[in-house]
Amino acid sequence: MNAAQITVNGHQIPWQEGMTVRAVLHAMNYSFRMLVIKVDGKLVKREDWDSTPVPRGAEVSVYHLISGG
Amino acid sequence: MKPDKLFAEMFSGQDQQLLQIWRQATVGIAGAGGLGSNVAVALTRAGIGKLIIADHDSVSKPNLTRQQFFLRQVGLPKVAALQDTLRKISPYTELSVYPQKITEQNLSGIFGKADLLIEALDDAEQKEMLIETWQSLYPERYLIAASGIGGVGKNELLHTEQMGTLFIVGDGVSEIQPGESPVSARVAVVANMQANLCLELLAGLRK
Repeated sequence: MNAAQITVNGHQIPWQEGMTVRAVLHAMNYSFRMLVIKVDGKLVKREDWDSTPVPRGAEVSVYHLISGG
Repeated sequence: MKPDKLFAEMFSGQDQQLLQIWRQATVGIAGAGGLGSNVAVALTRAGIGKLIIADHDSVSKPNLTRQQFFLRQVGLPKVAALQDTLRKISPYTELSVYPQKITEQNLSGIFGKADLLIEALDDAEQKEMLIETWQSLYPERYLIAASGIGGVGKNELLHTEQMGTLFIVGDGVSEIQPGESPVSARVAVVANMQANLCLELLAGLRK
C-alpha cells in the first residue's frame, strides 16, 4: 500500500491528516525568514500558514526571498 | 507621445508586430534602485507604451556603482531622476512616477492599471509583502520578482522559477551582506532577465 504523500519542491514527503503549511515547513526544516509558498498553485499568505491545511497529494512550492534590489 | 517620423526612424530595425504589442502595454516597476532603474531603461528602449514607477528614495553616491543615475542627480528623488533619463532615451514611453513607499494599502492605487508588475525592491520583507498582496489582488496578472542578486560572477546560478503567474529571477541564494555586495554587472543581468521575461510574456511567447 502506498503511504499518503505530498510533493514539496519536487521532493516527496509523508502526508498526515490535518497537516498545515507551517507543519510542512517544519517537516522540510525550512528556516529562511522570508518565503513565498504556493499549495496546488495558490499562494498562501504568511498569516494563513497555521490555518491552511495541505491536502493529501498536494503539490507545494516554497521559494526563499533574499534581500537585494 | 504619438508615433511620428522620429518614432518610425528609431524603431525601424525592430519587429513591428512585437512593437505594436509592447506599445499597448502598461508595466509597473516597484522600486527604482539597481533592478528597477535598469529594467526601466530596457523597457523604454523596447518601446513599452507606459511605465508606472514607484520609489520613495533619493539618489545617493553609492547608488552610482550599479544604478542608472548620474553624479549630478545625487540628492534628487530616484523617480524624478529616472524619469528625466528615460525621457532623454525616448519620448514614446509614457511615464507615471510615484515618490512613495509601496505599502499593502497603496499597491492597487499605484499599480492597479499595470498589465504586469516587476518587483524591484531591496528588502526581503517588502518583497514578500508585495508578492502576497499583488497575487491576492490580481492572481491572473504576471508578477516578476527577483531574489538572489548579490556578488559577482556565478552566471550559471542565475535562472527563472515559475509558480503560475509568479516568476522569480535570480540565484535564490546570494544575499546582499558584508562580503557579498551588489555589483553593477550582476545586478544589471538580473534586471535585464526581468525585463526580457516581461517582453516575452507580453508578446505571448511564453505562458
